[in-house]
Amino acid sequence: MAQKILLDKINVPGIKGYEVYRQNGGYASVEKALKMTPDEIVEEVKTSGLRGRGGAGFPAGMKWSFIDKKSGKPRHLVCNADESEPGTFKDRFLMEYIPHLLIEGMITSSYALGANLSYIYIRGEYMWVFKILEKAIAEAKAAGWLGKNIKGSGYDLELYVHCGAGAYICGEETALIESLEGKRGNPRIKPPFPAVSGLWANPTVVNNVETIAAVPWIVMNTGAEYAKIGIGRSTGTKLISASGHIKNPGVYEIELGLSVYEFMNSDEYLGGMSSDRPLKAFVPGGSSVPILPANLIYKTANGEDRLMSYESLSDGGFATGSMLGSGGFIVYNDTSCIVRNTWNFSRFYHHESCGQCSPCREGTGWLEKVLHRIENGHGREEDIDLLWSIQAKIEGNTICPLGDAAAWPVAAAIRHFRDEFEYHVRFPEKIKNRDHFVEEPFEKVKHLIAKATV
Amino acid sequence: MKVTIDGQSIDVEPGTTILQAARMIGGESVPPAMCYYSKLKGSGGKCRCCLVEVSKGSEADPRPMPKLVASCVTGVMDGMEVNSTASERVTDARKSVTEFLLINHPLDCPVCDQAGECDLQNLSFKHGKSETRYIEEKRTFEPEDIGPNIQLHMNRCILCYRCVMVADQLTDGRVHGVLDRGDHSNISTCISKAIDNEFSGNMIDVCPVGALTDKTFRFKSRVWFNKPFNAHRNCDKCCGKTTVWMFGNEIQRVTGRKDEYHEVEEFICNECRFDHKDANDWVIEGPRRFEKDSVINANNYTRKIAPVVIETEEKILLGRDEDRKKISMASRPLRPEEQEVFKEGNV
Amino acid sequence: MDRSIRIHQDINITDALMARINELLSHYPDDKRKSALLPILHEVQDAHDNWLSVELMDKVAEIIGIKPIEVYEVASFYTMYNLKPIGKYMFEFCQTSCCAINGVENLMDYTCDKLGIEVGKTTADGMFTVKGVECLGACGYAPMMQLGDFYHENLTPAKIDQLIEDCRAGKINMTNHGTEDITR
Repeated sequence: MAQKILLDKINVPGIKGYEVYRQNGGYASVEKALKMTPDEIVEEVKTSGLRGRGGAGFPAGMKWSFIDKKSGKPRHLVCNADESEPGTFKDRFLMEYIPHLLIEGMITSSYALGANLSYIYIRGEYMWVFKILEKAIAEAKAAGWLGKNIKGSGYDLELYVHCGAGAYICGEETALIESLEGKRGNPRIKPPFPAVSGLWANPTVVNNVETIAAVPWIVMNTGAEYAKIGIGRSTGTKLISASGHIKNPGVYEIELGLSVYEFMNSDEYLGGMSSDRPLKAFVPGGSSVPILPANLIYKTANGEDRLMSYESLSDGGFATGSMLGSGGFIVYNDTSCIVRNTWNFSRFYHHESCGQCSPCREGTGWLEKVLHRIENGHGREEDIDLLWSIQAKIEGNTICPLGDAAAWPVAAAIRHFRDEFEYHVRFPEKIKNRDHFVEEPFEKVKHLIAKATV
Repeated sequence: MKVTIDGQSIDVEPGTTILQAARMIGGESVPPAMCYYSKLKGSGGKCRCCLVEVSKGSEADPRPMPKLVASCVTGVMDGMEVNSTASERVTDARKSVTEFLLINHPLDCPVCDQAGECDLQNLSFKHGKSETRYIEEKRTFEPEDIGPNIQLHMNRCILCYRCVMVADQLTDGRVHGVLDRGDHSNISTCISKAIDNEFSGNMIDVCPVGALTDKTFRFKSRVWFNKPFNAHRNCDKCCGKTTVWMFGNEIQRVTGRKDEYHEVEEFICNECRFDHKDANDWVIEGPRRFEKDSVINANNYTRKIAPVVIETEEKILLGRDEDRKKISMASRPLRPEEQEVFKEGNV
Repeated sequence: MDRSIRIHQDINITDALMARINELLSHYPDDKRKSALLPILHEVQDAHDNWLSVELMDKVAEIIGIKPIEVYEVASFYTMYNLKPIGKYMFEFCQTSCCAINGVENLMDYTCDKLGIEVGKTTADGMFTVKGVECLGACGYAPMMQLGDFYHENLTPAKIDQLIEDCRAGKINMTNHGTEDITR
C-alpha cells in the first residue's frame, strides 16, 4: 500500500466536520508551526522539494522565498481553487471531503509567508464546495485557529473564500488576482510578478489547493521525510484525477514514480480499460498537455518504463513525451475520434480565451473553426498544415500560458495522429455520424489512407 | 544603462522599456506598436506586434530570454542585446500577429475614414500578405450609437484598450468599456449611452484603427486630401494646441498634434475638437510635418506647386473642379484675392 | 447578445440579502469594496430569478460604490451571470472531452427532444433551459450536468427523465445548503 498524505484520513466517518478532524490529529501542524519561525517553515518546504500541483510544477518553497518582505506592505496568500482544466477534478474532491486540511494548510502557509489576510479563490460552479469551505472556516474560527492572536502566538490571520463565476482563465495566477479584485479575468503582464506586486499591489503568493494541503504533513514530518517519497525531483505524492474509458474513474493519490502501466492496470488504481475496446491514446495532465498515442504510453521513446513523474512523462520533449501537468489523466479507447476530441479542446480554449491579446483571441477561434470544418467533412487537404501553422503562431506569442495550452493539444494531435486528420479530409462521407469510430474504429479503415496517398 | 538594439547601442535611464530605447535610436529598428501609448498608464503588452528577441539578458545574466518579449512592457537591463528587425523569429512573429489582426478585420479601407493614417494599414503594408488563409465568415457586431461626436465601428476594433484608458485617465466618469470575452470582446457602453465627457474626443485620436472616428468629419474627405496645419486658440479647458485639417479655407477636422508614432503631443478638449470649425477661431502656425513616407504627404508642402494643366480638361474634366483643386491645393489658407487667382488654376 | 431589447425586472434587495452583501463586503479591506463584486453578483442573481438586468447591475454598482460600466464589464465576462431571463431550471451540460466521449451530445439531443427545445433555448412555459457549458470538473463522473448549485453525475436518459419529472413536481433543491450533508 502506497503512502497517503492527503487522502490518508478521507474515509474516517465525519472527517468533514471540525471535531472529528481535530480528534484525528488535525491542526497539529498549526500548533507546531506557531512555535517555529516563518523562515524555518519555508526552509522545510524548500527541502521537501514540493512542486506546484496546479500544472506548472514550479518548486513551492522557491516561490515562497521570492515574496517581497522588504517593502513592508501587507502580504497575502491566495489559494487557487479555480480548478477548470478539463480532466482535472482533484481539488474539488479534497475540498469537498476533507475541507479542514486545506484550511489547516492555509493557516500554516500564511504564517510562513507572514500573511495576515488570505483567500481561497474557488470556481463559481463549485458553489456547494464554497459553502462547505465557508462552514469549515467558521468552525476553525470558532475553535480559535483564525482571527486575532491565534492560540496566544501573537499571529493574526483572516481567511475568506472568494468565488469566481465561470472563467477558466482565472486559474492563471494574475488573472485570478484580477478576478479577486472584482475585475475581468485578464491576465496581467509579468513582470512585476505577484510575489512583488499581486493582490491590491501587495506581495502575494498563489498556490494550488493540493500544494497547500501538503504543507501540514511537511511541517509535521519534516521536508526531508517528504523528499524521501517519490523519485528524483518529483518528490511526494500527487493526486491524479482519472477519467475516460477506464474501469475505475476517480481521484487517486499516488507516490510519484509509480509506473503508468501499474497505475492504468492495477485494481488498486484504474483497473484497466472499461470495456474490451483497446487503448488508443491518453492525456496525462489535463487538456493542455500533449496527447500521446498508445505506443508511447507505457514506454518512452527510448524503451524505458514511463513513470508517473514530472520528468518521465515529459521524457522525449513534445516529440514523444507530454507533461504531468495538473494530473488530469484522460484515457481514450478506439471509439474516440482524435479529430473530434481536438476540436472539442479547441472549442474549450476558444470559449475560455479572455480576448486580451491578439494571437490567442483570434487564433483560438480560427483553430476551432478549421477543426470543426475537418470534423464535419468540409476539410481541405491544406487545412492540416494550416492548423499546424496557426498553432505555431500562437505558441509563445501570448501574454499568458493559455495560448500555449490551446496550441499544444492541436500540435500533438497532428504530430501523432496525422493520418486520422487525412482520413477525415479524404473520406468526408465516412465521418458524418458523430460516433463514426464506434462501429468502425480507425484501425479498420486506416488502410484507405495508405491507398489514397499518392 | 547600455542597451543594444539591432547592433546600435544607446545609454538610457533605468526603467526605460526596450520600445522607448528603440524610439530613441529611431529608424527601422523601432517595433510597431498598436496598443502601447506612452501617454496612457498601463497601456501595452496586448497586441503583441512589438515582440522582440532578447539575445542577451544583461551583463549580469547574459542568458537569452527563451520567448519573444513585448518590447513596450519589458524594461531594459544593463548590457541587454535585442534583435528587432535583425531576427527572423521576430519578423515571423510580426507577420503572425498581423495575420491574426486581419482575419476578422473587415478590410473596408475604401470606406474607412481612418485610411491613410491607420496603424493597421501601415502594419499590413509592412508585415502583411496580399492573400488570406482565412476562409470562414468574419466576426461582426451590432452597431451601437455612442453619441453625436464619435462613431463606433466595432468590426474594425483590435481591442487595444487605449480608449478605455483615455476614459479612465482623462475623464471622471467612464461609461464605456470592454464587454464580453474572448473573440467576442467588444467596446461598448452596454446601454447605448452617449459618451459626452469633455475629453472623450481623445478616444478618436488614440484609436489605432478606424473603430473610433470623428462623426463631424465622417465621409467628408480622405485624410490625404486635407492639409494639416498646427494651430492654437485660447482654451480654458485644454492646451488649445491642435492640428487643423483643411480643405481650401474650410477646417474639416481638428485633432491633437500627432508625432511620428501617431501619439498626440497633448490631449485636447471636445470643444476645440468639435466646435471650432471656423478658421477665424484659430491662429494658424504653419504646416504640420509628417513622416516622409506617410500618404498624407501626397499633398506635401516642400514641393513647389505647379499648375495642373490638362489639355483636354475643358472636354473631359467638366464638372470635376473639386478634383482639380485636390490635386493642386495651396500650401496654406488663401487670402481672398489669392482665392480668385486660385480659381484660375494657380497662385 | 442583443442589448437593444431591455426586459423589465423587479428589484427587491431584502434585508436578508443586504445583510449577506454587507457580510461579503466585510471580507475585503474597506478601500477594496470592488473585490466583493463577484460574490455579490452571485447573491443578487440568486435572489432575482437567476438573471441580472441592467437595472439590477446599476443597483449593485450603487451599493458597492463603483461605476455601472465596471459591473457590466465583469458580468459579461463571466459565464455564470445570465444577462437575460432564463428558465426556472437550467440544465447546464458539460460538453468538454470526457463528457463528450461518454455521450453527452446524444444525451443533450435526448433532453432537447423531450423538452421540445434547442440547446440554448427555454421552454415556452419558462420552466427549462438547456445549455452546453465547458468543463465543470467532474470528468470522472461523465456525462454530467449542473442544475442550480449542484452537480448531477453519471447521467443516463432514465436519470434525465427522473430529473425533469422532479423539477415539474417541485422536488428539486437548487440552492439550499442548510442540510447537514450537502454533497450531492
